Amino acid sequence: MSGLADPVDRAIVNALQGDFPLCERPFAAVAGRLRIAEDDLIARVRRLLDDGTLTRFGPLFDAGRLGGAFTLAAMAVPAASFDRVAAIVNALPEVAHNYARDHALNMWFVIATPTPEGIDAAIARIEAATGLPVLAFPKEREYFVGLSLAA
Amino acid sequence: MNRPADLAALDGAIVRATQAGLPLCPRPYDAVAQSLGVSPALVVERLRAMLASRAVRRIGAVPNHYRLGWTANGMSVWDVDDARIDALGERVGALAGVTHCYRRPRRLPAWRYNLFAMLHGRDRAAVEAQVASIAAVLGDASRAHEVIYSTRILKKTGLRFA
Repeated sequence: MSGLADPVDRAIVNALQGDFPLCERPFAAVAGRLRIAEDDLIARVRRLLDDGTLTRFGPLFDAGRLGGAFTLAAMAVPAASFDRVAAIVNALPEVAHNYARDHALNMWFVIATPTPEGIDAAIARIEAATGLPVLAFPKEREYFVGLSLAA
Repeated sequence: MNRPADLAALDGAIVRATQAGLPLCPRPYDAVAQSLGVSPALVVERLRAMLASRAVRRIGAVPNHYRLGWTANGMSVWDVDDARIDALGERVGALAGVTHCYRRPRRLPAWRYNLFAMLHGRDRAAVEAQVASIAAVLGDASRAHEVIYSTRILKKTGLRFA
């Protein structure tokens, strides 16, 4: 069972989770493999981004290897103020991802900053703006990172 | 444009020009190059270099898991013997269904878990089966675990450097 009904959309999402070519006309190269037209591929990628099937399309950067840093962090947010706190957290450009989770620590987010010192500053801003403590969970060791899920 | 400082500045400019996404046009790297005032060949060369150094993990699409039918997204967290976690973490990371696997610090007394493995399934039963596989690998090295499901994506823009 898949979430995507259209087989062409499904093939595109699967193909684009691999390595997008570094060549003059990369969409044409991928479209050729999928046996569709370049302009059709571009239009479909635009639609998949617009309708939220894809959240991003482009280079995925590792803040740590760009001289910056990132960390996972969590907060226990009272239910009554959850949406207000989410809006505060999401408004920070340093917050790359944020998920509601079913736990006493019910908000989990990733902070990415151009400098290592930026992490503590962002956490301090979140704590000041929300009045809630933030628990930081920086990675100490990476065992595996895959980056694709079949459409 | 060959000194390391120049290259670092160019790489930073490429990050800022593409972190929100590649232009959706037939020649996206040409479009990035034009916006930065450099040659397309140089943009491609720097992206290739950043892929090699893993500053770019990959170039491609990030899907919304839920939209693809992966509606059960569980963060499994485990309290693993510090002396054995590194050897076992590699084995947990290699299991099917595990998309990310990290060692992270405990935050006692609030948080006892030091191994995080992200799991994705079409339903919770699939995730619970993956949890059983991890438990089998960890054996008595794991003293406790929980699976914390996401209920909503609140934000998923990826990194944004100013």
